[in-house]
Amino acid sequence: MAHAIGKKSNIHMNESLQARGLTKVYGSGDVAVHALRGVDLDLYQGELVVLLGASGSGKSTLLNILGGLDVPTAGSVRFQDHDLSVDDDSVLTRYRRDHVGFVFQFYNLIPSLTAKENVALVTEIAPRPMTPAEALALVGLAERVDHFPSQLSGGEQQRVAIARAIAKQPDILLCDEPTGALDSQTGILVLEAIDRVNRELGTTTAVITHNTVIGGMADRVLHIADGLIASSERNSDRVSPRDMAW
Amino acid sequence: MRALDRKVVRDLWHLRGQVIAIALVIASGVAVLIMALSTLEALRETSAAYYERYRFAEVFASVKRAPQTLAGRIETIPGVQTVQTRVVRFATLDMPGFAEPVMAKLVSLPPGGQPVLNQLVLRSGRFPDPGRHDEAVLTEPFAEAHSLIAGDEFIAVLNGNRRRLTVVGTALAPEFIYSIGPGALMPDDSRFGVLWMGREALAAAFDLRESFNDVALELNRGVAPEPVIRQLDDLLERYGGTGAIARKDQLSNWFVMNEIQQQASMSRLLPTIFLVVAAFLTNMVLSRLIATERSQIGLMKAFGYSTFEVGWHYVKLVFGITLLGIVIGIALGLWFGRINTNLYATQFDFPLLIYRPSTQALAIAVGASLVAAMSGAMGSVRRAARLPPAQAMQPPSPPVFKHSKLARSAIGQWLDQPTRIILRHVRRWPVRAALSCFGLASAVAVQVLSLQWRDSLDYLSQSYFFDAQRQHAMIGLAEAQAIRALHEFEHMPGVLAAEPSRIVSADFSVGNITHRGGLTGVVSGAELQPIFDDQRHATIEPPAEGLVLGTRLAEKLRVGVGDRVWVKVLEGRRPEVQVPVADLIETYIGMPAYVHFDALNRLLREPPRFGYVNLLIDRQREAELFAEWKELPMVSAVMLRQAAIDSFNSVVVKNLMVFVTMFTVLACALGFGVAYNATRIALSERGRELATLRVLGFRRGEISYILLGETGLLIVLALPLGCLLGYGLASMMASAFDTELFRIPLTITPGTYGLSMLIILAASLLSAAIVRRRIDHLDLIEVLKTRE
Repeated sequence: MAHAIGKKSNIHMNESLQARGLTKVYGSGDVAVHALRGVDLDLYQGELVVLLGASGSGKSTLLNILGGLDVPTAGSVRFQDHDLSVDDDSVLTRYRRDHVGFVFQFYNLIPSLTAKENVALVTEIAPRPMTPAEALALVGLAERVDHFPSQLSGGEQQRVAIARAIAKQPDILLCDEPTGALDSQTGILVLEAIDRVNRELGTTTAVITHNTVIGGMADRVLHIADGLIASSERNSDRVSPRDMAW
Repeated sequence: MRALDRKVVRDLWHLRGQVIAIALVIASGVAVLIMALSTLEALRETSAAYYERYRFAEVFASVKRAPQTLAGRIETIPGVQTVQTRVVRFATLDMPGFAEPVMAKLVSLPPGGQPVLNQLVLRSGRFPDPGRHDEAVLTEPFAEAHSLIAGDEFIAVLNGNRRRLTVVGTALAPEFIYSIGPGALMPDDSRFGVLWMGREALAAAFDLRESFNDVALELNRGVAPEPVIRQLDDLLERYGGTGAIARKDQLSNWFVMNEIQQQASMSRLLPTIFLVVAAFLTNMVLSRLIATERSQIGLMKAFGYSTFEVGWHYVKLVFGITLLGIVIGIALGLWFGRINTNLYATQFDFPLLIYRPSTQALAIAVGASLVAAMSGAMGSVRRAARLPPAQAMQPPSPPVFKHSKLARSAIGQWLDQPTRIILRHVRRWPVRAALSCFGLASAVAVQVLSLQWRDSLDYLSQSYFFDAQRQHAMIGLAEAQAIRALHEFEHMPGVLAAEPSRIVSADFSVGNITHRGGLTGVVSGAELQPIFDDQRHATIEPPAEGLVLGTRLAEKLRVGVGDRVWVKVLEGRRPEVQVPVADLIETYIGMPAYVHFDALNRLLREPPRFGYVNLLIDRQREAELFAEWKELPMVSAVMLRQAAIDSFNSVVVKNLMVFVTMFTVLACALGFGVAYNATRIALSERGRELATLRVLGFRRGEISYILLGETGLLIVLALPLGCLLGYGLASMMASAFDTELFRIPLTITPGTYGLSMLIILAASLLSAAIVRRRIDHLDLIEVLKTRE
């Protein structure tokens, strides 16, 4: 693992999340599928990591385990004093509730709630949230707080989802193919929002994508292939999403 | 099996929870329908066959004493086919091992034994020997109640003479299918029975040789009884005729027909509720299924399946659900029908109550449930079949939500987001929410309907046995006695108070409306059997002049206070006078008319006489008193209040238990069916939302609130609505049961509402709990990827 010291002031050497020897096997015997084959990974406070990989590479499985949605077959994951490798629903729920923000490929907004209310949904149960208005302002949607998802474009919906994810001021922001359902122009707007959150709030961020271009905005890019971290590279400079194209 | 048919089977299996829930509701409707129809048939066919086979008469009349030669003149009345004259009297019996005096109706038999009309079904033994005066045939249930068989003996007081009678046989007869003693509300086989004896024996005992005091007629086919009754009354008038009645007013037959009528109303009202709810549920589930299968429908059409084939595919699915409901419903209905018929068999004395449900009843039930389910399904099937393939392959556009005033109000600001989700869903699909709410309310209503019977009957019993009757015993005299005979009763052992009354039969007429009933003379300051008004809940003093009428009689005659009614007494000198209505009272039993005791005697142009005496007695000395009554010649009937209450309670409690249990099962099936489907569909529609919330850190309990909250909200709304609906149903039932003989008071206690709501709440919670378990199995990872 490369442990280069980051240039950004908001990257500290403190590990936010630590994973060792992560293995995930689905099924058993002849039909067993090894989605992860012993992954070691540290996410440092304040860094933005892009996990790149083709479909079936195991990147989603890794994200699920880091996000407390799934537990490894073997290996350990620790976040602060939380042991995330134990299949205990209440522990995982508490971890997700208090520390993780999720951004989904298909936004997953609640259609019966307005933008502001979708954000409020999370701030109501979070220990130290910002206000929904602040969160929406941060993603550039201050003007559309009272719109329902059906009244918003895809990009706007995804930015609401980002606002919803960051409003609780999470320790870790996990984004699963956040631009997967969007055209490139809109995708860039969404990535800008993620970038801004990472810079301004110092939220440790992991973005999963198969789009190599996106790797440019990261502090670190991890290539996942065949259930392993095939390579890791650190960008000397983070490219602004506005300067990316695909 | 074709691929599409295989899909039907798999869909049914996949939706099994919902399929069963709907099937149960359909089954409930089918069950009630079959129960009511098959009981109806059993009663109707059995009584019709019984009446025909044993020649149940069509006109009945009582007379004080008419010469036998009058029979020939009665025969000449146009339309009369057969005349049967008899001697019929009441007597008290002294049954071995039974302290209380027992009442019997004595009916004469011709020398040949079997009469031409109102024939007996001899169940054991033989007819009395015409030469013997001490032989009697007993009604079978009465003999059974006293464990009497041929050869056993007992004492009867015939016109004051104690006679030892021998049982020679037991029998049943079409005129005593429902045999209740005077003053009773329910049959009591140990205290009232019918005795058939030789004509000679009874004529001798009651001094009616060459005479008769009862006549029954069979009419030519198609002859209406009314003109015959008029002519018969004219003939019998000078012999003390108390007015002839048609078969429909004969007491036993009236109860049988009334029961048939009640089953008929039940067969219309209740199944309708269940089937309407079933139609709605089918619609709800099918709409949802079709929404999730849009792409499959598109695919089928893209492959070249026709609109009809696609529609037919879903029709088959509904057919499958309905079929399951029908099968369960038929099984349940036949079972309930048998229980119901058996209940009637204990109340009604049929020689054989055949329970043989017709294919017609089954066909009606099957047809009705198919029509209901299909009409519920039609809209969604049509929508599915008409989906253009291209559009069907697209996911449906997301539902559009709007801001409501509530959300912007002060209260709205205060709501948390999960509550907002619940409220917005109700607002977004108001019809569905309203129908679910209605379905749940119906369940509560059916429960209220079944439980309120207890309240009504309690109220009826309280009003009839306690408020209106305060005596311990009422004695009917063979002949009206001068008032001084009251002292005899007052001085009997253990008698604390005695109060006379008199009842005569009379025709009440206003214009061309006539009612034949009883006119009761009540003494001033009556305390044991006063005039009691259920409306004011108070006793009414008999007015010095004028009538006090039950409201039901006043309605029939269309009179109010101050109007005048022609009263024609059918006894004694048969006076006819016009009397003003002085007051109206509410009562649930009969259609009473009261006058002052003195006014009645004045009207009859007789010195003060009484035909009944009401007694308050010292329970410690009952045995002595009963023994004395058994000896007393002037006593023809003894009615004990406690015995009447006991028999009322035993019959009512038993029937009620069965009835309430049946309907509780049905109401729960309804509540469960609606709540389960509502929740299950909410889960299927919002599984992704809920899983997303779990990913965002919501606990299971918190998302359960969102899932169950909507159903919960609908239940909360449905509970009071169901109580209201239940009140409406109960009042519909009460008005269906509103007859001249009795009415069902519409009384529903808070406890009944409370218990009904609790039962349905429990049934709904059970269904919610079943769906809730699925939340534990939500796939959190799946939602991250695919769109629905």
